[in-house]
Amino acid sequence: MEMLIAIAIGTLTASGLYLMLRARTFPVILGLSLLSYAVNLFLFVSGRILLNAPPILGDATEYTDPLPQALVLTAIVISFAMTAVLVIMALGAYLVSGHDRIDTEDQP
Amino acid sequence: MSLALIAALPFLGALTPAITQRFGRSISTLTVALFTALALALILQHLPAIMVGDTITTQINWLPSLGLNANFRLDGLSLLFAILILGIGLLIQAYACFYLDPSEPYARFLTYLMLFQGAMLGIVLCDNILLLLIFWELTSLSSFLLIGFWSHLPEARQGARMALATTGGGGLAMIAGLLILGQIAGGYDLSTILSQKAAIQASPLYLPALILILLGAFTKSAQFPFHFWLPHAMAAPTPVSAYLHSATMVKAGLFLLARLWPVLSGTPEWFWIVTCAGLITMAFAAKVAFYKDDLKAILAYSTVSHLGLITFLLGLGTKAAATAAIFHIICHATFKAALFMLAGIVEHATHTRDIRALGGLSRAMPITFGLATIATLSMAGIPPLNGFLSKEMMLEEAAHSAPLIIPILATLAALLSVAYSLRFLTFTFLGPTPAFTHAPHDPIPGLWLPPAILAGLVIAIGLAPMSLTAWLVDAAASATTGQPIHTHIALWHGLESPALWMSLAAVGGGIALLGLFPHLRQSWDASPKPQAKTIFDICLEGVTRGSEILTTWLHNGSLSRGLAIALLTILAVGSYAFQTAQSVPGSRALTRIELAPAAGFALLVAAALAAAALHRQRLLALLLVGIIGLILSAGFAYLSAPDLALTQITVEVVTVALMLLALNFLPKTAPNESPPLRRLRDAALAVTAGIATAALAYALMTRAPMFPPISGFHLAQSLPGAGGHNAVNTIIVDFRGYDTFGEIIVLGIAALLIFALAESLLATKWSIRPRPHKGDLGDPHPIMLQTATRLMLPMAMLVGTYLFLRGHNQPGGGFVAGLVFAIGFVTQYVASGQDWASSRRRIPYHALIGGGVLIASATGIGSFFAGRPFLTSNFTHLHLPPLQDFELATAALFDLGVFFCVVGAVMLTLDSVARLAQPQPAKE
Repeated sequence: MEMLIAIAIGTLTASGLYLMLRARTFPVILGLSLLSYAVNLFLFVSGRILLNAPPILGDATEYTDPLPQALVLTAIVISFAMTAVLVIMALGAYLVSGHDRIDTEDQP
Repeated sequence: MSLALIAALPFLGALTPAITQRFGRSISTLTVALFTALALALILQHLPAIMVGDTITTQINWLPSLGLNANFRLDGLSLLFAILILGIGLLIQAYACFYLDPSEPYARFLTYLMLFQGAMLGIVLCDNILLLLIFWELTSLSSFLLIGFWSHLPEARQGARMALATTGGGGLAMIAGLLILGQIAGGYDLSTILSQKAAIQASPLYLPALILILLGAFTKSAQFPFHFWLPHAMAAPTPVSAYLHSATMVKAGLFLLARLWPVLSGTPEWFWIVTCAGLITMAFAAKVAFYKDDLKAILAYSTVSHLGLITFLLGLGTKAAATAAIFHIICHATFKAALFMLAGIVEHATHTRDIRALGGLSRAMPITFGLATIATLSMAGIPPLNGFLSKEMMLEEAAHSAPLIIPILATLAALLSVAYSLRFLTFTFLGPTPAFTHAPHDPIPGLWLPPAILAGLVIAIGLAPMSLTAWLVDAAASATTGQPIHTHIALWHGLESPALWMSLAAVGGGIALLGLFPHLRQSWDASPKPQAKTIFDICLEGVTRGSEILTTWLHNGSLSRGLAIALLTILAVGSYAFQTAQSVPGSRALTRIELAPAAGFALLVAAALAAAALHRQRLLALLLVGIIGLILSAGFAYLSAPDLALTQITVEVVTVALMLLALNFLPKTAPNESPPLRRLRDAALAVTAGIATAALAYALMTRAPMFPPISGFHLAQSLPGAGGHNAVNTIIVDFRGYDTFGEIIVLGIAALLIFALAESLLATKWSIRPRPHKGDLGDPHPIMLQTATRLMLPMAMLVGTYLFLRGHNQPGGGFVAGLVFAIGFVTQYVASGQDWASSRRRIPYHALIGGGVLIASATGIGSFFAGRPFLTSNFTHLHLPPLQDFELATAALFDLGVFFCVVGAVMLTLDSVARLAQPQPAKE
């Protein structure tokens, strides 16, 4: 399972970075979302993988590490806010300048 | 009183001119003088203790683990400098009050001056060298502000920049040097460092540390070859030159040399570097001073020369030399500050500082002439003035030093010093009177009294050195050398003293040199003189151009290019770390692969790759990203993280809604504009980074943690400490509640930012109008959807409430509940349109955000009333008969704040973006 998760993280990172290197706003936003997924997943698995051991205290003897989960939980919500800020900036740039390129070197 | 408070007094005084300026100059000056005098009085209050050799300390441990302590100390050396800084400071304040033109911003001047005074006092009073660095840089900054005070003059601006670049650059080197020193000594407190002489001098890092520290000291104290900034700093108003650039700030470098004298001196390296720098500076600057025509330039080079003298004495490394250095610091401060003030008076009276246009002022300005005679003769080293005493001590030390070049150069410097001093005096005050436009006359007492006080000291110290200064010199020299010193200062040492003959030679030679001046001047004018300013400007130009080229190369404004370079750098650094670091083999047992998760994994990878490949069809790409989010939430559920699964899936819904809204405006497809080579480059970068991340993640997951994770504490304390079964939730709302508090504030700010951006966007002219829908989607608000969402809303709220209430013990909580509520509201917008939904909203979303933060804050503040720190939680169990056991926790109240903030932030975000779709009022 570890191998699969690692590959998933790698793929999300690669796709995310590739999209972030594009020249238009929308793929950059999508790329950032993918990269956020990768980062969140990475942070989450830094608590190592343990199946069927959610950190809900009960009779079980073993629980997964709750701390990365708590960190990632808030990170997920914050990345929504960050994406939203990017979206409104991208929209503003597009509506005002008339194009959605992220680099404006060919513009006066 | 605590030394920290004394050090803070001038800074407090710096705040007052802004308030007192409306009451006139005298009141402003008196107010700041009160702070200075108070600080001086409080320092002097410790005098008896210092006299018996005590050291007063104030300990404020801020970050002891990093050696960052705000510790202060007062010993003889600090006492001497504090008296100089505050005492001369008082005179300067009085002088400046009358010196500056009424039209000039006097309050600002006073503020800068007090800022400098505080910084300088901080340098001499602090015990921690890291704190010293901060004060050190503050003096550079305040000096910059004061030199550039007349900012309309180009030479003031250039002089200020040059001084800042030189002393600031030296300060940077000194930071490195002092950090090395602290590392060797095992602490950053002077009390620690000063006891580690053997360890410091035996360390292989001694020489680098010494050179770096000396760079800082030499730039600050204008030692050759860094002397060039001081003459250019003369563009400052004269009170500043008298205070900073002769009496105090330029002595900060000397102070540091004296402070670290016990641990740094005594080695051949120290002797050669410091003595040579001092000796060269002393002789060279005296020669330049002889030929200068500007009164302040003569004094500036003379200051450089005298600073060289003190550096030379400190470099010799003997106790007697250090004592002489301390004594000369006192003497120089008295006569040189007086001379600068007198130069300012002459300039005021004659409107020129050019010595060639002056002469014969002794008749028109007898008081000024009298004071100038005393101070100048002291500078020349004529008995019975104090300058003679310290010069004798210097020559005595030089005479006993080998090699022979040392006494020769010292005598030569003394000779030149006599020559320029006499030239300064005779050319200004004697000889024929040129035709002045205004008849010069002596100034009001406010201007001549401060230099008169100093001139009085010059004579008094010269006549009675033992009773007036010996105690201070003893205390300061004992503190400098770390050994008890009882000095004997006298005018007459007998005929066998070599210093007497050297002194006589200097005076005779100086007078002869002055007689030869016209001839010497011709050869001086003919000789080539490298201009420090030109060299400095060329260097500065080169550095500026170099950094410009580097910056443009790294960051030409293209976001993609910058990102690619950053990525490449991270990869390079990462691979270097990977190849050089050691690692342990992975020992953790692998988890078995099951079919369903494997299928999800395949879907996720395929969707991620497809999203990258098909991103130009934007709707499809968005759909693929949504799929990834869904699989991810399933994955979280599978990997024992039900809270994350709930959060991820709800966030996914609102994210997709947001992106769909964005796509409503943005083009749905994009042209294929990247050349294949660039796509190949990007793909190569991205794939390499992906492989590296995957490898890192795999390596991490297959190894057990190096250190036991702290979450053991959270799991153990979740129930007894926070009263919740859900450890993730207790961490969020309790153990790390402060983090969460910050996060909901960030969330709220982001939402408000989006609202503000949308507002400003609605008010600007768009160059593109979103195309109105042509009805190809059919009914925009289908009745089936409307009815379904109406039914959904109460159910969503019910589910949300349930998730919220059980959050402390089961998966759920404020974040998830808020998102579920938000989804319920968003569906109303989607189904019925924004107009319909907005008109039915009672509470503004801003209020929800604010209310949420307020509830969370109130919960946190509530714990103050129980005498506990912010956000300390408490809980109790209630048993109401018809219900089950019921828990009341303050953490739940905090979670309520989180809930409101999340609802408000998400809704405000979506609402703001959606408002852009409203028909825009026609604008030009």
